[in-house]
Amino acid sequence: MADKALHLNKKWCKGCGVCVGFCPKQVLKIEDNKCVIAYPEKCIHCGQCELRCPDNAIYIGGRSDEQ
Amino acid sequence: MSNKKYKLLQGNEACVEGALAAGMRFFAGYPITPSTEIAEISSQRLPLIGGKFIQMEDELASMAAIIGASLTGLKSMTATSGPGFSLMQENIGYAAITETPCVIVNVQRGGPSTGLPTSPAQGDVMQAKWGTHGDHPVVALTPNSVQETYEYTVKAFNIAEKYRTPVILLMDETVGHMREKMIIKDPSEIEVINRKKPNCKPIEYIAFKPDKDMVPPMAAFGEGYRYHVTGLVHDETGFPTNNNEVAENLIRRLVEKIEKNIEDFSYYEEYRLEDAEVVIVAYGGVSRSAKYAVDELRKKNIKAGMFRPITIWPFLEKQIREVGLRAKEIYVAEMNLGQYFLEVERVAGKYCSVKKINKVNGELMTPDEIINSIGGNI
Amino acid sequence: MNCNSTTKNYYRTEKLPHIWCPGCGHGTLLNAVVRAIEKLGLNKDEVVVVSGIGCSSRAPGYLDFNTLHTTHGRALAFATGIKFANPKLHVIVIMGDGDSSAIGGNHLIHAARRNIDLTTIVFNNNIYGMTGGQYSPTTPYGDFATTSAYGNIEKPFDLCSLAQGAGSTYVGRGTAYHTRLMQNLVEKAIQNKGFSFVEGLSICPTYYGRKNKKGDAFEMHTFYKENCVDIKVAEKDPEKGKNKILIGEFHSCPKPEYTESYQVIIDRFQGMGV
Repeated sequence: MADKALHLNKKWCKGCGVCVGFCPKQVLKIEDNKCVIAYPEKCIHCGQCELRCPDNAIYIGGRSDEQ
Repeated sequence: MSNKKYKLLQGNEACVEGALAAGMRFFAGYPITPSTEIAEISSQRLPLIGGKFIQMEDELASMAAIIGASLTGLKSMTATSGPGFSLMQENIGYAAITETPCVIVNVQRGGPSTGLPTSPAQGDVMQAKWGTHGDHPVVALTPNSVQETYEYTVKAFNIAEKYRTPVILLMDETVGHMREKMIIKDPSEIEVINRKKPNCKPIEYIAFKPDKDMVPPMAAFGEGYRYHVTGLVHDETGFPTNNNEVAENLIRRLVEKIEKNIEDFSYYEEYRLEDAEVVIVAYGGVSRSAKYAVDELRKKNIKAGMFRPITIWPFLEKQIREVGLRAKEIYVAEMNLGQYFLEVERVAGKYCSVKKINKVNGELMTPDEIINSIGGNI
Repeated sequence: MNCNSTTKNYYRTEKLPHIWCPGCGHGTLLNAVVRAIEKLGLNKDEVVVVSGIGCSSRAPGYLDFNTLHTTHGRALAFATGIKFANPKLHVIVIMGDGDSSAIGGNHLIHAARRNIDLTTIVFNNNIYGMTGGQYSPTTPYGDFATTSAYGNIEKPFDLCSLAQGAGSTYVGRGTAYHTRLMQNLVEKAIQNKGFSFVEGLSICPTYYGRKNKKGDAFEMHTFYKENCVDIKVAEKDPEKGKNKILIGEFHSCPKPEYTESYQVIIDRFQGMGV
């Protein structure tokens, strides 16, 4: 799990809040109509957000994918 | 070695012979009088050469199916008559804006609506030009014999392929159903044109970027060039845009690639025009009566001649202007209430008198009717 | 590229973000379709995605396949031409509810009747979104839309029953919430040699949701979560399926496929004279 990380593509995010709603650990929140990874340390990489994000804007990747 | 075959055929049968000679491998259609033989014969002939025939649920679908087939690289055709031609208009526009080659045969019958299903008419001339919405390119050819139907079906495919555009073969019931002796040519004597393919790598392919001839090379779906096709206004990559300049350039190019190349497919017949003072302009079935009328009028010492457009769209402006400059009177004889007349008058009306001879009762216009119309005015 | 590998490999990422409204279920459904194609390992050059007109029909433009955005309602007719002309191609048709069952209803029943090998996916959001929220053939009875200001008095189609009745040999229903199920149904639909129909219940928070007070995107997803029951569960215990939306695989019954049947004719008669 240590090599996984949650990534957000802010350009694609439309701030619909679906990911925020489905996140079981309250990792995400909406700020200025965009998703924000507010508490990355709480993320368990379950992938619920990625599965339901309509905009391909949030995903679980490797740590090396960090921008 | 030439391998000519003589046959006694109907115009509709000759149309299929021409289509097959041109390389048609896909036909989709819906039964409608008086074009049905074209579908029937296509259904018999195509599988024999590995081609495909499908009877669709309506003409909207027929038109859509031939566009789909053409996108995979097959030469495609449909055939119909007035009511079906109306239903095809939406997707004829789609073929025009997506630059998908295809041939649409309209064996005209009496209209409007269901009209006179088994009778000849020429009431779809303006519809062939303006039937689909928006500005768009149109090529329409009007053969007047069984032999010509064969020859011009080949040309219709060639124009469609060369310019990536829908081409309409505008027949009429007279031509579709009459039987004449005709010559089936040896394949070596028939010029067949195939669409330009891209010769670049797929990664470099810009699907709607035109060459100097204004026509973009066309890849087939499945060949490795993955591209997007839409009926929306699109840029050279094929993707939709609202950019005003791109829209202006696209619509102008679509129209100009046909209109600026009109010399390449300006087909017409001039009959006894050298010294003609009275010129009958006629096309399709009516032109056969007109030709006879010219000979009869000559016997009465009237210097008559005939100009017969075979390419009915785009309008043969140059040729009609010349006719207008030389003639004293032009009579446009047609089986509608004066559709082609509007264009002839627009161009030749400045130079000579342009009159119309019309008939919409479902019978072919006779030589006598033409002669009497002219005789009464001289 | 700042996205997952599926997106990178199968989307035209330079075209993203797509035009759909915030929270629109279409993006989620489209991802399920793409994952199904990825899972089956189809050659991208041999995949054609065809659509009609409407919100759903913008989908192909974002995908890195041979893509065709056609006229309203006619996607299946274009797709029939493509598949019949070149049966090697995998032809996937994405339509909306109005697109597939109002203006395109005739094409739907006839493509199903022919059992031509097309994978048809309907993103059903119960509304005409692109034109601003008019009622569609799947808008529930009594619901509101910009053209049913006093409540819809028309009864909605059950699209899956319609497709099955018309002869579709594979039929299933997923939702934007049930994405794994949706992916699974699309996989099986693509593998079915014949006409396959998968309805994806979408959400339209902008028009249908707002007009009918269904809440935001998350609440609309939650509605599907709480009100959908898999048909297998409902068959075992009808009580559980009562007043619920049934989802899952409804019908799988392979029959002779159109292009294969035609090929039999070609094989038999090709080369023979007239």
